[in-house]
Amino acid sequence: MEKFIRLDALVAPLDRANVDTDAIIPKQFLKSIHRSGFGPYLFDEWRYLDHGEPGMDCSKRPKNPDFVLNQPRYEGAQILLVRENFGCGSSREHAPWALLDYGFRALIGPSFADIFYNNCFKNGLLPIVLPTEEVDRLFRECEAMPGYRLVIDLPSQTITTPEGRVISFEIDPFRKECLLNGWDDIALTLRHADEIRRFEEAYRARHPYYFVEESAA
Amino acid sequence: MNAKTLYDKLWDAHLVRQEPDGTALIYIDRHLIHEVTSPQAFEGLRLAGRKPWRTASVVATADHNVPTDPGESEIRDPVSREQVVTLDQNIRAFGALRYFPFRDPRQGIVHVIGPESGATLPGMTVVCGDSHTSTHGAFACLAHGIGTSEVEHVLATQCLIQKKAKNMRVRVDGGLPPGVYAKDVILAIIGRIGTAGGTGHAIEFAGEAIRSLSMEGRMTVCNMAIEAGARVGMVAVDDKTIDYFRGKPLAPKGELWERAVDYWRTLVSDTDARFDREVVLDASTLKPQVTWGTSPEMVTDIEGRVPDPAAFADPVKRDAAERALAYMGLEPGTPITEIPVDQVFIGSCTNSRIEDLRAAAAVVRGRKKAPNVKRVLVVPGSGLVKKQAEEEGLHRIFLEAGFEWRDPGCSMCLAMNADRLEPGERCASTSNRNFEGRQGAGGRTHLVSPAMAAAAAIAGHFVDVRELLPASA
Repeated sequence: MEKFIRLDALVAPLDRANVDTDAIIPKQFLKSIHRSGFGPYLFDEWRYLDHGEPGMDCSKRPKNPDFVLNQPRYEGAQILLVRENFGCGSSREHAPWALLDYGFRALIGPSFADIFYNNCFKNGLLPIVLPTEEVDRLFRECEAMPGYRLVIDLPSQTITTPEGRVISFEIDPFRKECLLNGWDDIALTLRHADEIRRFEEAYRARHPYYFVEESAA
Repeated sequence: MNAKTLYDKLWDAHLVRQEPDGTALIYIDRHLIHEVTSPQAFEGLRLAGRKPWRTASVVATADHNVPTDPGESEIRDPVSREQVVTLDQNIRAFGALRYFPFRDPRQGIVHVIGPESGATLPGMTVVCGDSHTSTHGAFACLAHGIGTSEVEHVLATQCLIQKKAKNMRVRVDGGLPPGVYAKDVILAIIGRIGTAGGTGHAIEFAGEAIRSLSMEGRMTVCNMAIEAGARVGMVAVDDKTIDYFRGKPLAPKGELWERAVDYWRTLVSDTDARFDREVVLDASTLKPQVTWGTSPEMVTDIEGRVPDPAAFADPVKRDAAERALAYMGLEPGTPITEIPVDQVFIGSCTNSRIEDLRAAAAVVRGRKKAPNVKRVLVVPGSGLVKKQAEEEGLHRIFLEAGFEWRDPGCSMCLAMNADRLEPGERCASTSNRNFEGRQGAGGRTHLVSPAMAAAAAIAGHFVDVRELLPASA
């Protein structure tokens, strides 16, 4: 996983609540057996005027001029401002993969759906939760000022606006460590392999009915 | 002081270790796998040179991409086929306790075959790379939908990294009136608390109305916990739970069965257990529900009308309602009963079990599909559900009404296979999500119970199923 320490980047505002993972990456693209290549299909049904299918050359497709990410001023944005309950619905990790592949490294919103939020951290995409009023203000500032950038500093847990306002955010300490170091969860957990094995033995003795087939085999 | 909720008990029973900040490893009993969210996880294992920790915890099936055309033995879409073939290869290479591949007689939707085979048992931790894994909570399981990185993590370590959620109880008191089903209960709950109402919580569904539901009905309720924002939904163990598993292929037998039952009986919240949040609904006032928008919380009952976005005080909600009505092609104030449908879908992990098919058949018996309805798909949740329905003659009722009787799979719930809506088509659907494009790009989905879907197929528009039910029902 790529480390996340500091990000100084252009911001794009996606002003809708309850953006679901079907909207982030529609189902026809879930047929891929790979982790990469989803970026061109991010928000496919909103971003293009035609119907997208896997393998299409997206550079030739008609773009929806009304969709925010198609506006030239947001080209190259790496921070996405979002509204409440972003990432609701399906557990598809293809959603954070698509956001990352497009170029986003951080999301800022008032709330995220649980599974999506969790999936972001597994991929080095930082979802930041701020109070609704603060998010409203960022939306207003971003829309009013072309070239609006934010500086996200993970070690100090702060966001700095162009005018120098500093906003603090909360993050789970374990997830912060993993992002700062780019740690692989599995390697971390396997450091406790002996403890897991001991637990498993005791658990199996207590609940043998969950291991029926194995004892029979 | 030691009173525990069901969730506390399940959590404690599986807690391997916990860091001071609350980050914990919980042990996973059952890992359900399907073709869409697993290929990258197996690939990750391969790249890192890791082996699965306990393949006997794995039960796999192909469900999302499979065709449901009767007797179709081939997956024509090459991309879909590759994903299913990849699952075949991964299971062959890594192993599993059971694999129900495409066209196995017991193949079906992962959340239907888990309980049906006894692969899901009360008290287990169950995970699957699928948000509707909450379904298994109906059996007092701690069941989480997970992402693909977590699928790989569970394969490699048999554990899930978790922080404990808050406890929430949704109590549904009173009895359900005729024509009101489990689906109406959960839609009404979502309408009440919203699609983020359960975020960060594990929901226990309790109360007389929940107790009165069959195991199938409880699965429907828990299935849509995620649509209320909760990764976990649960119902405590009672006699119905235990009776459900008698004789199931993977359930314990003999003395082990007795031991298991003794333990399962403890899987209830203690009477003085504390919940961080409680919501109470009265079932006796519920009416059949119909969604009107593009989020499951955009729901009303069959006597209602499409709302006017201007009536929403919250600007974010007003904006969402405006967008939803534009997408759905609906005018504010339209009575729900005046909305015509183009297609009807009866199926999905929410409503494709035998009881759902019986409820639909009871409405359809002796009637015909309305001429304006282009297509009605009835898609059983598994090969075994299909077989049982045919033994009961339900398929003949559907076929005589002009419905299609299909083979099992996820089908038009998410339209990854060929079953889908055309742009602008409107569907009465027993599935779980009415998101934009969910059932096909531009498709318009209204979520309803199987009986209400069947009624809409007969009338050609939404109609109060209570008017169509036999008087004795």
